[in-house]
Amino acid sequence: MKHFSAIALPGAAKRQDEQPLPPMPLLKIAKYVVYDILRSRFVLAYLLFLVVVSMSFFNLESDPAKGMMSLLNIILIVLPLVSIVFATIHLYNAYEFTELLLAQPLRRSDIFLGQYLGLALSLCLAFGLGVGVPVLLYDGSLRGGVLVLCGVLLTLAFVSLAFLSTVLSRDKARGIGIALLLWFLCTILYDGVVLMAMFAFSDYPLEKAVMALTFLNPVDLTRIAMLLQLDAAALMGYTGALFQHFFGSALGMGLSMLAMLAWIVGPLALAVRIFRRKDI
Amino acid sequence: MKKLVWIGLFLALAPALPARTWVVAPGTALSSIQAAIDRAQPFDTVRVLRGEYHVKGGTTINKPLVLIGDGWPLLDGDQQYQPLSIRSDYVSVSGFRVARCGSASLEDVAGIKVYRARWVYIFNNILENNYFGIYLSACRNTWVSGNRLQAEGTVEQSAGNGIHAWKCDSIHVAHNRVQGHRDGIYFEFVTNSYIAHNHSEGNIRYGLHFMFSHNDHYEHNLFLRNGAGVAVMYSRHVIMSGNTFSENQGGAAYGILLKDIQSSHISGNTFVQNTTAIFMEGCTRSTLEYNVFRQNGWALKVQASCDNNVFQYNNFLANTFDVATNNQLVLNTFNHNYWDKYEGYDLNRDGLGDVPYHPVSLFAMVSDQMPYAMMFWRSFTVLLLDRAEKVIPSLSPDQLRDDTPLLKPYATDTKHQ
Repeated sequence: MKHFSAIALPGAAKRQDEQPLPPMPLLKIAKYVVYDILRSRFVLAYLLFLVVVSMSFFNLESDPAKGMMSLLNIILIVLPLVSIVFATIHLYNAYEFTELLLAQPLRRSDIFLGQYLGLALSLCLAFGLGVGVPVLLYDGSLRGGVLVLCGVLLTLAFVSLAFLSTVLSRDKARGIGIALLLWFLCTILYDGVVLMAMFAFSDYPLEKAVMALTFLNPVDLTRIAMLLQLDAAALMGYTGALFQHFFGSALGMGLSMLAMLAWIVGPLALAVRIFRRKDI
Repeated sequence: MKKLVWIGLFLALAPALPARTWVVAPGTALSSIQAAIDRAQPFDTVRVLRGEYHVKGGTTINKPLVLIGDGWPLLDGDQQYQPLSIRSDYVSVSGFRVARCGSASLEDVAGIKVYRARWVYIFNNILENNYFGIYLSACRNTWVSGNRLQAEGTVEQSAGNGIHAWKCDSIHVAHNRVQGHRDGIYFEFVTNSYIAHNHSEGNIRYGLHFMFSHNDHYEHNLFLRNGAGVAVMYSRHVIMSGNTFSENQGGAAYGILLKDIQSSHISGNTFVQNTTAIFMEGCTRSTLEYNVFRQNGWALKVQASCDNNVFQYNNFLANTFDVATNNQLVLNTFNHNYWDKYEGYDLNRDGLGDVPYHPVSLFAMVSDQMPYAMMFWRSFTVLLLDRAEKVIPSLSPDQLRDDTPLLKPYATDTKHQ
């Protein structure tokens, strides 16, 4: 393994006698990635889609709370899909750019994280403008802020997963396949499996287990954060109160925030680790 | 003409009538309210000036009198006595602060207690930290209005009710504000009474609780954040209109819990952010119309033991679940309601949807049996399951449906309040 990494990192040994690195290469790379993405206009289309969808939800529904509920469905399905698929495709398309950067005296992690930063920034920006502004205009309450924050965190998590799926495979089709599989797993399959398990073990007290299981899925974490805002009344019933007490408390919020951060940092760190040792 | 002469004669002679005013003030010759009452003739006035009145054994009014507090005199029970007992007809009490009555297990001690009287008026008093606040026992034609009751009860056992009426008829309870008692307003065997514009907030158990109380009319009251909302039981011919039930949240909290209610009319009420807005059990022949349900966990939980109730012209807005039930049996009628989750169409443009609406969702049934399944509400998977159930109902009762759902919310704020 050591041998492998020595080959893969030609710049590492020579660094001392090279000229000093340009300041903050990471930010510079991020900047170029953002320019590149803006040129492709896909992010602009995404922004436009989000604006149109959120505006129409708020205009169609008489109650802003109802509009938020409809918007939540979009955020839970479309946002992860767009984030992961767009990021994966972009990484494969920018493969030559990455190769070019690797030829420069730059640290691999800087290249990788710079690309992450650029991608995440442009997607978060599109989301923040596309959903944040209509939410602010039509709702303007705390739950709106929570919705936007949740969306941003979810974008970051799924871009991380996209980076992981690209480093896992060199083949573009395969990489996109992995990305789609991850999306399908998080948004649909996971809940279905847990629900089935709940039906199967309904004779046992499952409250704590269900709570623990929600931490294993970033989409569920987002959904529950919003559930606390939108369905607070219903959650106060029966064992719902237990969730309300846990996720509504400082400890619960802190833990879910930590779990969300783990979902952002975890896959990214793993991807960086693989990328640094990878034979390009 | 003859009437006018009589009225003129009465007005001319009125100042000559032998009613006197007794002024009670601390540090004067007449410093005890009880002494003033004992000396007064029936229908005299006792004016009590500002000060603290700690009376051993409490004060008792045993003749028709007008008792007026001037500058909020304090009647203090020192947590041992009942500050004010009324044992006579034609008594009026106003402008007092009544505080810290005793508490007992055998007798219901209250700040102001009225025993077997008629035409008693209790208005504009402040009651603080009493066990029971105002207690009417076997009273008729009695008015309780404009009082403020505040207690700091923590558990049901150690707190009494705010306004408690037992075996009364034709009483009028209005514009009172009750906070922190066990039940804000409690009625048992109270008939032909009118309860309006009261504000009952943050009580330990129910904001309003009544049992075996027939032919009563409740309107424009506000019930906010009470431990278990409002409970209404074993009564008939009750009218509840224009009330607001808000933020009554908890596992056993209901906007209104209706148990064995017959021939009643619940209209124009607003239910906001309750865990369950209306829970009905064993109710018959009642009409629920023109109500607004907004952002409740469950707007209606109608048990299969209810029959011949009509739900019409209600607006269901942004509730987590609209209707839940516990059986396939449906003996009630739903029509002309507005459901914000309705997705049908109206081809002939008569304002009514052409496809029936099934307000019971699959997940409402599932979470009724497995409460922790609530965690998966709004998940895409659950959404798919709910859709599938809407197309081919298997678990939810097919008969529970609105054949004529409104396409636009009923404008309740302009009509039928």
